[in-house]
Amino acid sequence: MRYLPHTETDIRQMLETIGVTEIDELFSGIPEPCRLQAPLDLPPALSESESMTILRALAEQNAKVSEWDCFLGGGAYNHFVPAVVDHLVSRSEFYTAYTPYQPEISQGTLQAIFEFQTMICQLTGMDVANASMYDGASACAEAVLLALRVGRKRNKVLLSEALPPQYRETIATYCRYLEVELIEVPQQDGVTDQAELAALLDDQVAAVAVGYPNYFGQIEDLQALAAAAHAAGAKLISAVAEPMALGMFKAPGELGADVVVGEGQSFGIPLSFGGPGIGFFAVKQKDMRALPGRLVGETVDLDGKRGFVLTLATREQHIRREKATSNICSNQGMCTLMVGIFLALHGKQGLRKLAELNYAKAAYAKQQIAALDGFELAFDGETFNEFVVTCKESVADLQQRLEKEGILPGISLIKDYPELGNGLLICVTEQNSREQIDRLVSALAGGEA
Amino acid sequence: MEFPEELKYTEEHEWVMVEDDVVTIGITDFAQDQLGDVVFVELPEVGDQLEAGKPLGVVESVKAVSDVYSPLSGEVVEVNDDLPDEPEMLNSSPYEDGWMVKVKLNDSGELDDLMDAAAYQEFIEQD
Amino acid sequence: MSRTDSRGLVLDEKLLFESTSEGRVGYSLPQCDVPEVTPDSKLLRDEIADFPELSEVDVVRHYTRLSTWNYGVDSGFYPLGSCTMKYNPKVNEQAARLPGFAELHPQAPEHLSQGALQLMYMLQRDLAEVSGFDAITLQPAAGAQGEFAGMLMIRAWHEAQGNKRNKVIIPDTAHGTNPATASLCGFEVIPVATDGVLSKTAIEAVMSDEVAALMVTNPNTLGLFESDIREICDLIHERGGLVYADGANLNALMGISRPGDIGIDVMHFNLHKTFSTPHGGGGPGAGPVGVVEKLLPFMPTPIVVKEGDRYKLEYDLKQSIGRVKGFAGHFGILVRAYSYILSMGGEGLKRATEMAVLNANYIRARLEGEYDLPHKQRSLHEVVFSEAALENDCHTLDVAKRLIDYGFHPPTIYFPLVVRGALMIEPTETESKQNLDEFCDALLAIADEAKKQPELLKQAPVRAKVKRLDEATAARKPKLRWVRE
Repeated sequence: MRYLPHTETDIRQMLETIGVTEIDELFSGIPEPCRLQAPLDLPPALSESESMTILRALAEQNAKVSEWDCFLGGGAYNHFVPAVVDHLVSRSEFYTAYTPYQPEISQGTLQAIFEFQTMICQLTGMDVANASMYDGASACAEAVLLALRVGRKRNKVLLSEALPPQYRETIATYCRYLEVELIEVPQQDGVTDQAELAALLDDQVAAVAVGYPNYFGQIEDLQALAAAAHAAGAKLISAVAEPMALGMFKAPGELGADVVVGEGQSFGIPLSFGGPGIGFFAVKQKDMRALPGRLVGETVDLDGKRGFVLTLATREQHIRREKATSNICSNQGMCTLMVGIFLALHGKQGLRKLAELNYAKAAYAKQQIAALDGFELAFDGETFNEFVVTCKESVADLQQRLEKEGILPGISLIKDYPELGNGLLICVTEQNSREQIDRLVSALAGGEA
Repeated sequence: MEFPEELKYTEEHEWVMVEDDVVTIGITDFAQDQLGDVVFVELPEVGDQLEAGKPLGVVESVKAVSDVYSPLSGEVVEVNDDLPDEPEMLNSSPYEDGWMVKVKLNDSGELDDLMDAAAYQEFIEQD
Repeated sequence: MSRTDSRGLVLDEKLLFESTSEGRVGYSLPQCDVPEVTPDSKLLRDEIADFPELSEVDVVRHYTRLSTWNYGVDSGFYPLGSCTMKYNPKVNEQAARLPGFAELHPQAPEHLSQGALQLMYMLQRDLAEVSGFDAITLQPAAGAQGEFAGMLMIRAWHEAQGNKRNKVIIPDTAHGTNPATASLCGFEVIPVATDGVLSKTAIEAVMSDEVAALMVTNPNTLGLFESDIREICDLIHERGGLVYADGANLNALMGISRPGDIGIDVMHFNLHKTFSTPHGGGGPGAGPVGVVEKLLPFMPTPIVVKEGDRYKLEYDLKQSIGRVKGFAGHFGILVRAYSYILSMGGEGLKRATEMAVLNANYIRARLEGEYDLPHKQRSLHEVVFSEAALENDCHTLDVAKRLIDYGFHPPTIYFPLVVRGALMIEPTETESKQNLDEFCDALLAIADEAKKQPELLKQAPVRAKVKRLDEATAARKPKLRWVRE
């Protein structure tokens, strides 16, 4: 076996040093009734070429976004990943390292995370960001837990109906056995209904969580929502499932959000069937010590030279145990690096232009589709790179019909939002050429409706 | 290590200085030494009611967290506002600059449960 | 700081924000082929102040230089106890990057994701075979999240039986995540002291009809197999509880003993430990969970099932605890783990375990005279020494830092908490005898230095990018982001 280096001679010498004659004696601490009596029923080992043949065959059965006209979004976005990103994250000094517990030999990881934290703060308009969470959905759940911690005795959390369904489901799981009541705030014309929100807010509400852009791609009026939440003493959590929008739209921090969380997959991370992505998590200064997850801070070494360390670790599980702010004990290290590289490459100008390109493409598609018979925009209001249309035709039929033409037209909203009728969530990014959009439009028009 | 004669001590390594019905509370030289570099201090607010044996605050070093237990019951009348900004005072001056809270006692009888300097020193040597 | 601070080829590198030049770009974008439109300017932000402006070359050099300050498994021996820093096979990386995997959208229709679903199904089956459990969920993102999912299932199962149990027994050797997870699930923790291994009597003394579960790590964090585990599981079951196992140390058991066969009800796997996926500088990992049959209805959704010759994501589990994250799991990590299992085969996995245990015992044998070994029982994949034998006020931290000067990553230190100044060494199976000998020689030389020249330990490291860092100041005056001075 190529990963196991010992020769028979090595093994013999080592057993001798240990003072046993057989490898089996090393397992004498395992009582006989606990021993497995038969060999594992798994296929025999394969050579590299054989295993790659199997894996390639599996991979080939899947739809690659590069070979389809893909208009799927809904929390995972088809953006271009520059060659530099994968090239740099493939440096194994990064990806074969562990958590930077020994800072003297982990300065690469630590500085990269410090830079990531800084860029997340800049992007979200917040003061402090952590080294990342698992993904947008779980980060949003942890944001709810943070609000409950700092809100002390408050035990209600209001979730906008336009928050991505997977985020709401994850929050429900995290809160399952905690004393908290989760209440849904209905959407009105695709955004959180402000009148309903006002009616639901009281002094028991710890937080209000809304999407920005929300699940329908709509830009919520965060400023008004934050003002309403703050008037009741609650925090506003802004969940950003498509952070590309922050390249052009106002930062949630600027609009009064207290916690900004989201999914960073759009920034240089492959779709990879939904994971791994990365959750980002940012707060204002006053909530710094309530943050879950790892934090990297700047300091100096004995010679006064700048260096970076993991810090404020007393919030975490390995020290505070049952009183920790979270049980998380990792961050999405490799994905943090992808996001950092992607943002560094695009920078101040590029991110803006990329966002504007997404906006313009989606606006074009939206306009073209709205003009078709049998299709209507579900909502007015500003959107980023996703929007909802309602169709006369059943969404399932439509999807099937367009699939034959090599088009994945969008996500059906029938299960999550039946009240919209035949709702279809369409996402258009810089990866969709005008030609593709035109093909989508004419394919949609080709239906019987 | 110093243990001033005029103070009283607890098994949780706090010290108490009595001035009429108001007492000043902090952590001992032994406690700060065990913790190492203190990096963060959380104190109660003026007006909070403390209960003997219940946590009054938290002291953190780089890799440890310790609750500080109130040795006595009463109302917080003053807290050391400088301490959260300069937690290192707990290391450099545990009995003076590093005091934590002043408390107006509910029951001065509770003072009888505390140790004097000699008893405390004996206690930590045994421990 | 400037590049002139560089020593030889230990290159210095400023922060991205300090190297920025206004107007410099590192991207290329397609032409806008649709009408350029912008929304209401009230909604738009100003330019992002101080965001980087760099060329592609700047960015490549920046991260390449940073990488040289890191030490990974590919740099050398990385014996972090409890973390299983085995070699990360390169074929796994290639597999995860196959366009059919990397470019697959999670919302793609099921019939266009059959390959991915089949891979997940087969990984579920293989993990079930290695562990002896009846069903596996691949959704949890990491070990700690697997633990969370597992404990939620335990709570949900009890509630479905009408049990109001709200306590969990956790031994003092446990990972810190165990108590943190228990309290996230609304459980109260009952700690139990151990002397190396758990005793049935210690558990009996705290077991009651308020206890929902025992959380146990087997082999435990001292590398010892919990020899009474069967009896302890029987006891917990007789009294109406369930047993959760932390699977962090599964690398010691593959093909030797299966947790699901010996009374464990739920266990999480760490694919980034046992199944060779990279640690990534702190993640992403993957934390699948195995359960016995009665817990199956409570699993997080979706799970992958097979109907006829088709694979599908099943969302419809009536008693499910719900989802713990978005989508179906860290698929990219699952591909790597499956690739590893294909390369190793059943016999190879067993051999990996045997070699991991051989390596740990070899290190133990070579160091036992010079370093204090508080627990003398036969240990498996890792060995834990204390700092008791160190002279001249040298501590575990000093030994760890001195190892860096010898070119090794230090072991896990000060964990488990039950050993004073613990030095927890887990070599894994992928290290050769030569590597182990060099490492042991270094540790023996350091023990000798502690006797004769303790200052060498106290000053260490002197050969790293930076010297010891001031962690107290970092925590007192937290500076967690760059800001323009």
